[in-house]
Amino acid sequence: MDWQFVFSQALTQAIGPTMLVYALGAIGLNLQFGYTGLLNFGQAAFAAMGAYGLALSVVAWGLPFWWGIVVGLGAAVVMALLLGIPTLRLRADYLAIVTIAAAEIVRRLARATVWSDTTGGSDGMRGFSESFFALIPWDRGSTWSFLFVSMDNGRLAVDFGIFELQYSYRDTWIMIVGWALVLFFCGILALLVHSPWGRVLKGIREDEEAVRSLGKNVFAYKMQALVLGGIIGAVAGFVFALSRANVQPDTFTTDFTFYFYVVLILGGAARVFGPVLGAALFWFLYNMLSQGLSEAIRADVISPSVLEMTQVGPLVFLLLGLGMVLLLIFRPQGLIGNRKELLFDVR
Amino acid sequence: MLLSAALAGLLLCLGVSSSASAQEALGVHGTLDDQQEQPVPGVSITVTDANGTEIATVVTAEDGTWAVPLEAEGDYVVALDESTLPEGLVVRNCKPQLEVTVTGDRTALFPLDTQVDGCTPGESPGGGTPSETESGGEPGEESSEGDDGAAEDAAADEVSEVEGEGGATRAISLLVSGLHFGLMIALAAVGLSMVFGTTGLTNFAHGDLVTFGGVMALLFNVTFGVPVWLAAIAAVVLGAAFGWAQDWGLWSPLRRRGTGLVSMMIISIGVALLIRNATLFFIGGERLRYTEYVGQTPWDFGWLVITPKEVVTGLIALAVCILVGLALVFTRLGKATRAVADNPSLAASTGIDVNKVVRLVWTIGGALAAMSGVFLSISDGVKFDMGQHLLLLVFAAVVLGGLGTAFGAFVGAMLIGVFVQMSTLVVAPELKYVGALAVLIIIMLTRPQGILGRRERIG
Repeated sequence: MDWQFVFSQALTQAIGPTMLVYALGAIGLNLQFGYTGLLNFGQAAFAAMGAYGLALSVVAWGLPFWWGIVVGLGAAVVMALLLGIPTLRLRADYLAIVTIAAAEIVRRLARATVWSDTTGGSDGMRGFSESFFALIPWDRGSTWSFLFVSMDNGRLAVDFGIFELQYSYRDTWIMIVGWALVLFFCGILALLVHSPWGRVLKGIREDEEAVRSLGKNVFAYKMQALVLGGIIGAVAGFVFALSRANVQPDTFTTDFTFYFYVVLILGGAARVFGPVLGAALFWFLYNMLSQGLSEAIRADVISPSVLEMTQVGPLVFLLLGLGMVLLLIFRPQGLIGNRKELLFDVR
Repeated sequence: MLLSAALAGLLLCLGVSSSASAQEALGVHGTLDDQQEQPVPGVSITVTDANGTEIATVVTAEDGTWAVPLEAEGDYVVALDESTLPEGLVVRNCKPQLEVTVTGDRTALFPLDTQVDGCTPGESPGGGTPSETESGGEPGEESSEGDDGAAEDAAADEVSEVEGEGGATRAISLLVSGLHFGLMIALAAVGLSMVFGTTGLTNFAHGDLVTFGGVMALLFNVTFGVPVWLAAIAAVVLGAAFGWAQDWGLWSPLRRRGTGLVSMMIISIGVALLIRNATLFFIGGERLRYTEYVGQTPWDFGWLVITPKEVVTGLIALAVCILVGLALVFTRLGKATRAVADNPSLAASTGIDVNKVVRLVWTIGGALAAMSGVFLSISDGVKFDMGQHLLLLVFAAVVLGGLGTAFGAFVGAMLIGVFVQMSTLVVAPELKYVGALAVLIIIMLTRPQGILGRRERIG
């Protein structure tokens, strides 16, 4: 069994494009859930707004790429307003139920055959990412090496001796942009939550009535947090769509939102770098488990009669679900969270 | 992505070149290149006329080009011999044969790739009409699309005719199936609502208790060979045990630790993932069916067509719902349950053992959810995510009726069930859930306490 390969793969993914999607989505959720106490279970829908906003604008309406980004962000804002206006005045669990229902509505509408000429139905859409990849500043043929970092025909390789990280031409660009976005939003969030505005958010999370009695407009603050978190969710949707070069409705299920929560809680909610750390660890563990098990089956370490290849996926997610339950019971603050900050309640 | 862009570009060039070369000699030609736009030499291409007579077989040149001169205008079949393609390459749209109408110098393109796209190799050996944009500007494109449109129109006419014929019958059938579906939702919703009422927990894993029932009945019926009715009873008993065990092993200790409701809600998501993926692990992703009652001959009353299994499961569900309702109103434990749902602290201070009541609610809730799962599976088969899809409708029902009330959950479930089925009269069946979920959001907007909920502080 090739442990080095499994480990390299898992590390490659732990800072790779998909991890960035989860990190960005969880950063948005962190603002909503971690700092403000809003139970948004529809983050997948915000990501879908971004992804479909971009894809529809470019493919169906023929708009330029940057207009697609604007449309995607605008759609996320509209969605946040639509969800927030009826529910933010109600108890937290109402928002949870409404957002989860709204996310399902978005997914079902996106895959409906009624307008599949425009949206592609359950097949989704492709062909919107060209102008994004045309921005890559180095060309496909570039080859250089510097210490342990090398580029071979546009592919980036980082060789640490015992393990090696490799990224394709496009993934490298996604990662540069994605990490820039992650750091940008972490910076914004760090500034925001340490500002007076951020302290009001935390106050709402701890005791809404107390904040209201201080004369703050709680509804407006919650709405701002929901919109801003939704925008970051839409950015996660952009990165997700561009890294796969397509959008598909069935990737935006409620499970997608649940993994954002796993990532957030694993890293530590109400901490600026919690989501980033959580996403890296989650994605490392996921790849370690699934690659390791697949490799073990291939190398006959585990006999196929015990575990079949198609059962690896469910088994890994089963273990992740179990891990999530145990984590919340025994370490609800995650890796770097503060336990006292997460004792808020819905009643 | 690159490929489709390249093809789109090619298409543009073709449009120009074909009009420019309209006066040139007759013939078919093309350039064969792979997904990286590298020319593919050495592939043989055969052109036959409409009668099947072979005109010529050519082999693509070093630069991937090929051409066959023709003598007469007409329909020809251009066939690419896939066995001469280099290792790993296939025709992406599985159409190695193209029918072309030649009126000048025509272009025929075969999109090559390492994998096929949305088709099965070997299908349509007769050569599909070259209506796909990838296959180049074939003249058949316009007309074949027109044909499709006409066919669709005809089909639509047929459907609307059928609907016109039996509009009333269809409405009655949908109403009855809606009531049946509503009862199934109600079985699950009563448990969810009572758990919420007594503990405040919004249990996202309740849908998976439904799946659990379906799977347990499947285990007894298919693996142990027990008749379905016995398997159903076993599944309900196991469902009750599962509900009891969940409260005993997980939720009750968590309540004692003082875990927050938000944490518990997210824990329930983890439990849902756990149960769903365990189900997927053991039974796989297929929809599985019981050994009995699969293809039942329906009773045809003229105005209503219904299968006996629907009648039986519906009546049992109705009876169970009534029994639960009566028990809540008249028995001591039922009264205690309602008291706890109303105000746990006050109930505890009057001497009611709150934990015992909650345990009972979990047990009954588990049993009812399992029953719902078994009944749904008798109609539609067992699938690992059946409960997950039902869960949102159950939420809609519970919110519509008023969170935390058992009777509200029943009323809400019936309304949602009927609404979901009846809405297919107006909207496409695939959008029927969307309507129900939209109702959920509208209720939130206008009457957040639900139909039977009391107006109290919820904000």
